[in-house]
Amino acid sequence: MSKIRNYLFLLIFFCSSVALAQIRIEVIGGGATQNPPPLSASDYPCNYAAGGGIKQYQVAIAPFRDETGLKQPVSPVIAADLLRSGLFRMVEAAGAKPQHEPEQVDYAHWRGRGADAVVIGSVSTAADGRYEIRFRLMDAIQQTQLAGLSYVASAAQLRLTAHKIADAIYERLAGEPGAFATRIAYVVRRPGKRFELQVADADGFSPQTILASNEPIISPKWSPDGSRLAYVSFEQKKPVVYVQSIATGTRTAVANFFGSNSAPAWSPDGRRLAVVLSRDGGSQMNLINADGSGQPVRLAASASIDTEPNFSPDGSSILFTSDRGGSPQIYRIPVNGGAVQRVTFEGHYNISARQSPDGKSFTYIHRCGGRFSVAVQDMSSRQLQVLTEGALDQSPVFSPNGRMILYASEVGGRGILAAVSSDGRVKQRFTESSGDIREPAWGPIVK
Amino acid sequence: MPRILPGFVIALTALMMAACSSTPTKEQEAAPVVDGVQRPLPTPAKQPPVQVVETPVKTAVIEKPTQLTGPASLKDPNNILSKRIIYFDYDSNLVKEEYRPLVAAHAKYMAGDAKAKMIIQGNTDERGGREYNLALGQRRADAVKQMMSVLGAEGVRVETVSFGMEKPRVEGRTEEAFAQNRRAEIVYQTD
Repeated sequence: MSKIRNYLFLLIFFCSSVALAQIRIEVIGGGATQNPPPLSASDYPCNYAAGGGIKQYQVAIAPFRDETGLKQPVSPVIAADLLRSGLFRMVEAAGAKPQHEPEQVDYAHWRGRGADAVVIGSVSTAADGRYEIRFRLMDAIQQTQLAGLSYVASAAQLRLTAHKIADAIYERLAGEPGAFATRIAYVVRRPGKRFELQVADADGFSPQTILASNEPIISPKWSPDGSRLAYVSFEQKKPVVYVQSIATGTRTAVANFFGSNSAPAWSPDGRRLAVVLSRDGGSQMNLINADGSGQPVRLAASASIDTEPNFSPDGSSILFTSDRGGSPQIYRIPVNGGAVQRVTFEGHYNISARQSPDGKSFTYIHRCGGRFSVAVQDMSSRQLQVLTEGALDQSPVFSPNGRMILYASEVGGRGILAAVSSDGRVKQRFTESSGDIREPAWGPIVK
Repeated sequence: MPRILPGFVIALTALMMAACSSTPTKEQEAAPVVDGVQRPLPTPAKQPPVQVVETPVKTAVIEKPTQLTGPASLKDPNNILSKRIIYFDYDSNLVKEEYRPLVAAHAKYMAGDAKAKMIIQGNTDERGGREYNLALGQRRADAVKQMMSVLGAEGVRVETVSFGMEKPRVEGRTEEAFAQNRRAEIVYQTD
């Protein structure tokens, strides 16, 4: 019977074909523009982030030697990455004389255009047909080298190499790791109720569909090593938690118990998942093995809704959403048992908490002013800042360096992804040409 | 098998419905109208005259269709069991009074058929978070199951699941659409 069912009801297939639609990312600057109207008029008031100016680094990138003939020139990708972060302003490189080695750098020219730093580099073909890509980051004032690295890459790895160079430049100038050479995952809903779980580069390039279904897919979560995705699929006419390998497409139903199975969260060591099961009645958090072996262990027992678990970076505690106090709020529970603490106190609807990589703050959805907005809260001071003004923003996640918060939003009734810096000053928008895009997840920095 | 069975059931149902509406009653067949018939008198006439017997004429009455029983009743539009949706108020998992007869009928059916299995699917409107709404939908499905258990449905054969906000009946962001989407749906495994 289940076989027949599978054939008749499921239209699931895996493919690694490159999806046709490309995601486009634009930086929308600091100020909020054309916000949709609130869903309801009277509500808890919003405590918006102060915003304000950003100190931008002025960087010049000289075209790399011998990159023009490449299928994928390197320096434009580096420039686009740095620009997208909102922390850099690109100094116009047109008109400058070719320069690829330290002694060739025309500091007078760049200083005259306001550059704080200059990037130079070259591409050469190695004996095995691969490429050697070299770059140097020069301090335009001190006229010294700040960073310099060499990479060997195939033609298919040129974009990735460019992202790695952007990461190195970003880290040297901004003082924190870059997250350009990372991947994101999200769900696209196409017309005709077709759902696709896609993985793409952090700049939206090379989207690949790893699961397509006629039933909804929600809550994708990257494993800490970036090799697997956990997600909830409704293909069995109920929510079931799967773990799928990105490289092979192999997947396992890791939580498929009587009732609903949802809200997977990886432990930092990648061995366990916290999931929400209804098999014992209500929606309750359990720990399971990430390979689906063994029996679930109840994390807490309550008569309320306990959902959306999220591990602290050190793995010792879990933030979760619960309505045990009457309205949905964020709470914390030690993984090995202990007292539950409430951590959000402002407003009547706080859900979907995700901790920052350094564990010092967390982002969540906070309803205020009739909107569901992305907020960020300091863990120790409890200071709350509202960062967005969408009508129904959803599912915020930190970039692996903690700089940006990626979330699902809407423009003109269509689902889009958007990102806001954790200080609220930089905003980006990810649009997809032919579908609603939602449920973002940001993969780790893979060394 | 589960794909064949419903088709068979529908065909059977159609057959039975047709039978109910057009078959003459037994009385018509068993009791033909006997009227006085004039017969020629035999000659020589020494026979007793033919008795004219008055038999009351009975009009055939088309009876009300019989209530279908068993799995067929689940799809019989005249049967309350064909009603499968319970709607909820905003932010509520209270099964309203008007849905009691519906829930009671399904509970009775489950109690009467030890093999029947049911799934109750909870749903919410699209306001709020996906996972939190999944939990709210679960609570609605659980509330229906709770009422059904009290009325005699065996818990292990009633699975409650939630679709949260993922499967709206009506798309759109109007109060009417929201109201149509806050619901629990009853599905039998044979459906």
